[in-house]
Amino acid sequence: MSQISYHRPTALAEAARLAMSDPDARILAGGQSILPSMRLGLLAPTALIDLGAIAELQGVRSDGRTLTIGAVTTHAAVAASKDVMTQIPALAQLALGIGDAQVRNRGTIGGSIANSDPAADYPAAVLGLNATVRTSARSIPADGCFTGLFATALKPGELIAAIEFPLVARAAYAKFRQPASRFALVGVFVAQTGGSVRVAVTGAGPCAFRCKALEEALARSFTPQACDAVRIGPDGLNSDIHGSAEYRAHLIPVLARRAVQQLLA
Amino acid sequence: MSAAQPLIGRSVERKEDYRFLTGTGQYTDDITLPRQSYACFLRSPHAHARIRSIATAAAGAAPGVLAVFTGKDLTGIGGLPCGWLIKSIDGSPMKEPKHPVLAEDKVRHVGDPLALVIAESVAQAKAAAALIEIDYELQPAVVDTATAARAGTAVHDIAPDNVCYTWAIGDKAAVEAAFARADHVTRLSIVNNRLIPNAIEPRAANAAYSRADDSYTLYVTSQNPHVERLLMTAFVLGLPEHKVRVIAPDVGGGFGSKIYLYAEETALVWAARRVGRPIKWTAERSESFQTDAHGRDHVSTAELALDRNGKFLALRVHTTANLGAYLSTFASCIPTILYATLLAGQYATPAIYCEVQAVFTNTTPVDAYRGAGRPEATYLLERTVELAAREMRIDPPELRRRNFIRHFPYASPVGLSYDTGDYEATLNRVLDIADVKGFPARKAASAQRGLLRGIGYSCYIEACGIAPSNIAGALGARAGLFEAGEIRVHPTGKVTVFTGSHSHGQGHETTFAQVVADRLGLALEDVDVQHGDTGKVLFGMGTYGSRSLAVGGTAIIKAVDKIIAKGKKIAAHLLEASDADVEFAQGEFRVAGTDRKKAFAEIALAAYVPHNYPLDKLEPGLNENAFYDPSNFTFPAGSYVCEVEVDPDTGAVRIARFTASDDFGNVVNPMIVEGQVHGGLAQGIGQALLEGCLYSDDGQLLTGSYTDYAMPRAADLPAFHVETVRGTPCTHNPLGVKGCGEAGAIGSPPAVINAILDALAARGVTSLDMPATPYRVWQAIQAAGR
Repeated sequence: MSQISYHRPTALAEAARLAMSDPDARILAGGQSILPSMRLGLLAPTALIDLGAIAELQGVRSDGRTLTIGAVTTHAAVAASKDVMTQIPALAQLALGIGDAQVRNRGTIGGSIANSDPAADYPAAVLGLNATVRTSARSIPADGCFTGLFATALKPGELIAAIEFPLVARAAYAKFRQPASRFALVGVFVAQTGGSVRVAVTGAGPCAFRCKALEEALARSFTPQACDAVRIGPDGLNSDIHGSAEYRAHLIPVLARRAVQQLLA
Repeated sequence: MSAAQPLIGRSVERKEDYRFLTGTGQYTDDITLPRQSYACFLRSPHAHARIRSIATAAAGAAPGVLAVFTGKDLTGIGGLPCGWLIKSIDGSPMKEPKHPVLAEDKVRHVGDPLALVIAESVAQAKAAAALIEIDYELQPAVVDTATAARAGTAVHDIAPDNVCYTWAIGDKAAVEAAFARADHVTRLSIVNNRLIPNAIEPRAANAAYSRADDSYTLYVTSQNPHVERLLMTAFVLGLPEHKVRVIAPDVGGGFGSKIYLYAEETALVWAARRVGRPIKWTAERSESFQTDAHGRDHVSTAELALDRNGKFLALRVHTTANLGAYLSTFASCIPTILYATLLAGQYATPAIYCEVQAVFTNTTPVDAYRGAGRPEATYLLERTVELAAREMRIDPPELRRRNFIRHFPYASPVGLSYDTGDYEATLNRVLDIADVKGFPARKAASAQRGLLRGIGYSCYIEACGIAPSNIAGALGARAGLFEAGEIRVHPTGKVTVFTGSHSHGQGHETTFAQVVADRLGLALEDVDVQHGDTGKVLFGMGTYGSRSLAVGGTAIIKAVDKIIAKGKKIAAHLLEASDADVEFAQGEFRVAGTDRKKAFAEIALAAYVPHNYPLDKLEPGLNENAFYDPSNFTFPAGSYVCEVEVDPDTGAVRIARFTASDDFGNVVNPMIVEGQVHGGLAQGIGQALLEGCLYSDDGQLLTGSYTDYAMPRAADLPAFHVETVRGTPCTHNPLGVKGCGEAGAIGSPPAVINAILDALAARGVTSLDMPATPYRVWQAIQAAGR
């Protein structure tokens, strides 16, 4: 049977040092992806570095301009945060819609972002809200964070410390669930600040991405109808038994329209 | 509880729920025996491959390993048997390839067990199994139901075209003549999607051998422990039946999947003596997906001939049924005896012909799953009838009404004799309680919200309690279809009931106690029901096909009647009257027309303390057995109405309303019956909207976990409106009961799909297969719009 070491550091620097020293170690931020993968034998790390005891990675802070969420804040804690609910309600709603109660009580925002699952919800919010991902080494702007299927700009040994969400005027997230897993088959996050509109899509591609065509259409006219005229091509989109690339492409403007409707309601 | 108040017909709370709700149930995996060891089965990752070699030395030497066995070790034992011989049209018997307990020369589906590893812990067994090296020679996989017969690759050498049998029922010539004079013919191609059972408790077994008395004990997740024991000892392992005790303790759902004799428990019993330790195995969920017998998987064409008034003249059906890689225990009778005989439905169609080709494929074996053939028949028939109504512009309920069977008993052209029914009553009632009149207003309101609303109907018939044994035997059954029961009256007048039927969610411990307490005039708490243990219960055929109360309950009633008859003789002696003058009612034996009486408990005491007792004429004690072999099936029926809202932008379907009106004959516990209907509806709606087992072309299971196999959840279902009509009691069992366990799963899928097709009719969609996932509905809308 495979042997595995378990570390539970109390400081981010120590966690980063441990991660750097063992390239086959994996970070345990909430365990909602790693543990099932290990159980299925898809992953056999040499060590687990549990971030759960690092106080500086916990919780939500607000300074009136930015909402900063620690990397190991659980989805349930984000969903229940008064600051998140009042300052970026779409983010609280998104967190409340992740998985089920058990997953929300263990899974964390940093874990979700670092994993860059193609169907994860948080990456859409990071891109849509133009957040900054602060790591043990630097700050990564949202647009440079997600680079591919289960791939991010994080370097080996680099750990997420917090996500900084600028407060925007209005935002909404519309998700269409895959019938079995209830993950996002497609999820669209729409945020509007002044004249600028950002539209981020998850579930449809290898990782979350911004949809320029919808951003431009909504910048011209911020109405649900503006989404109807936008046609998204299926190239590069995911295709599986639950939906072809064409179906996912079709759902993107449909869900953008619903997000805009919610946001204007 | 007053004995004067009848218990039958009352929704008394379930006796078993205390232990289930407080976590004190005892399931197979809860049972750990002294010196317990644990098993892991190494399974094929390939759908179809020859086995060149298996190397187990490294596994055998791994830490904690007690033994490793492969197919070679088991060559002296038999294959897993099939309990029903079906003959092809040409009279030849079905092809019955050996179903080895562990694969011998070939693996034939993903999950096919190759080796059994026994170790001190599950983790050690699993780790050792990973060390087994197998040299495979891959073969092309046969997967697709419709084309399996011309795949060019044989799953079994004895069936080169993969055809197990080609069977037919009905009068082909009469059907052809009717089609020749038909005014209208409705034709439909139809797929009944493959389902994976997903009982909440995975299959499990724990087998022990005792050298002290050369006996075996097997704890196993079974719906029918006596049948399990008989098949395993007599047909596979060659063990003396009386030396094997099979116990099916609390079982967390079966739905058919736990009827069968599986390889795992058989291998465990075989190995228990060789290892000299009890061996436990509990399926992981991925093993359940790969190896619990699947359900359905039919590809059919249906043709319905009608006259100009919408009278059905004839029905012609061709079905290809996927049996999977091996013949599971009752696989062969499901798409034949339990399917084609139901094709008359509620209608007086004078001529029906159905041909069934059953094929082997490199997929998990397929067998009975809640409804077992009857959902497939009902889906085909009710989709066809609804399409005919649309084509002929006749209101769907009206078309059904014109064709209802109205005179009973009714001999159908596909071999069944319906004893009783009133289809007009359930239809009228459901149209009323579903407020069908209000549908146009609801449709307009949905349209206001951009949603397409549709209404769909289904009128189903079910045949429960398959019987009688002699006719079934003539049709190929290799087992009896009776049930056994025993009433043990204790000296204090308390009663233990033993039934050969098994409860794994049905509530026997309550329902059967209600029946017995009522008959004997006892309080409910004075009657206890035992089941599921060949060491306690004299015999049993088990629970399947909604038979428990109609067949098992009747066996119990017969035993109760013997108790009363003997009690009358004892009472006559004590009361110094003649036997014929003693009456029994409400728990008292009374001399007719007098106030001279003895309570039931006094008679029981006299039987066990026979001081004043007719010992010259009567044995002491009060204990009776009975076996009951029904003279016919029972025929529950009902009418369902489903309303859906379809979101044309996403293809998402929401069930807005679901209304059921069922005739189950007499009802013992309305709450339990309603619960059974709810569960059945959830499974039927699951099939219609969500569940669909898919394999890749190379035979990999694409829906091998809950990530990809969509089970219905509470939020997918509406608040059901379920009503049981004051029905037509069954004419041939003393309770007048018919069975209710499968009705919901049988009647609901066509109602749902008919409703979706009604909603999409304006978009030009005429055909849709299950499951109607958003993606599939969206595709149908796109295809129709092009």
